[in-house]
Amino acid sequence: MTRHVPIRDTATADPMIVMADVEKWYGGFKALSAINLSVRRGERIVLCGPSGSGKSTLIRCINRLEVCQKGEIRVGGTRLDDDGHSIDAVRREVGMVFQHFNLFPHMTVLQNCMLAPMRALKVSRREAEETARRLLDRVRISEQADKYPAQLSGGQQQRVAIARALCMRPSVMLFDEPTSALDPEMVKEVLDTMIGLAEEGMTMICVTHEMGFARQVADRVIFMAEGSIVEEAPPDTFFTQPRHERTRKFLGEILRPY
Amino acid sequence: MGLGEFLFLLTGLKWTVALSAIGFVCGAIGGLAIALMRTSGMRPLERLAAGYIALFQGTPLLMQLFVVYYGLALVGLRLSAWVAVSIGFTLHASAYLGEIWRGSIEAVPRGQTEAASALNLKYVSRMKDVVLPQAIRISLPATVGFLVQLIKGTSLASIVGFTELARAGNIVSNQIFQPLLVFGIVGILYFLMCWPLSLYGSHLERRFAVASR
Repeated sequence: MTRHVPIRDTATADPMIVMADVEKWYGGFKALSAINLSVRRGERIVLCGPSGSGKSTLIRCINRLEVCQKGEIRVGGTRLDDDGHSIDAVRREVGMVFQHFNLFPHMTVLQNCMLAPMRALKVSRREAEETARRLLDRVRISEQADKYPAQLSGGQQQRVAIARALCMRPSVMLFDEPTSALDPEMVKEVLDTMIGLAEEGMTMICVTHEMGFARQVADRVIFMAEGSIVEEAPPDTFFTQPRHERTRKFLGEILRPY
Repeated sequence: MGLGEFLFLLTGLKWTVALSAIGFVCGAIGGLAIALMRTSGMRPLERLAAGYIALFQGTPLLMQLFVVYYGLALVGLRLSAWVAVSIGFTLHASAYLGEIWRGSIEAVPRGQTEAASALNLKYVSRMKDVVLPQAIRISLPATVGFLVQLIKGTSLASIVGFTELARAGNIVSNQIFQPLLVFGIVGILYFLMCWPLSLYGSHLERRFAVASR
């Protein structure tokens, strides 16, 4: 696949997200061990690995949907801790898109997009509606604004979910397997939307198995297994010269032609 | 049965409606508090709410009314029958509605709360805007069902001398010695209250189902 989005040189940019020695257990099960990760402003990361390797857990720690027991997480200069203010400051910066969309089913598409800006950012109804309509237009779904989520296809719902997250003006977007629950013919419309975001300079961490997307968009691909980061490299290196046996095996499995 | 007796029954009916309304409205407020405590994630609050629910679901309503009416009088709190049964029904309804709504809140998919949290919505907004509207929809059949039970349950208030529909029927029947006729009419009056409610409940359920489809 050709690469439309040039690798961005973010070497001089300040770190947007820093995870230092992060560990997380579920009871006796160690879900994340010694995670060290630094994401610079504007960087686009693709996180991949077999299921149960801790990819989702890792990004869910960043906006504190999961609480890690050890280590430090900083987002845009804020250190995440139990204090509500730090959680508030971090969630202000970070938008998230889920595998199962998680749109609010009792609200229209427009209401889905207006709720959080009005409640959390305290913007006026008019301003919230303007922003919502603009962003729905950007994900090319403005004509569905007054429908309910269940009236839309999966791909449309996921694009609404992206617009809803963007309405909060985040500086980082987390994607948790955004295309895994979609029918194959709908994957492209969602990926195109994400590529558009990447082109505009959004800092992104995407948990995905769409390796074409990784090749095209990622500045860095990170491979995880059993709760640890095994390998990280620019996509070219990652796909052509993986260093670890575990990575080679994984790539062999997901890239195998039928 | 003359007009006077029938009007007396209607006065009883009025108090049945009033008592049901008070029990339901105050019980809804208490029940919401119980349901929120029960799902708060804070252990002491959850235990307290669970204990309250267990106590009131595990004892007969009749006994609860006795305890409120005679028990509080024993410790020096002399309440009128009216206030006592209102308190009794409120406590009773709080426990049942609390348990119904706890189940409904927990039935709302976890992803909804997570999406709301990720959008930086705080607890009050997460509940008020996201979880409760969906939980109410889920709880509707059970809630209306309980309201119907509550209306019929108000007949127990007659035991502490509160003249609602059942006791009014008893009084009239003792005067005119036509128990079958009197209690037949009383039964019809109860039915006319409860049946439309059940219909309304299924109507709402259908309407919500369409909206969320």
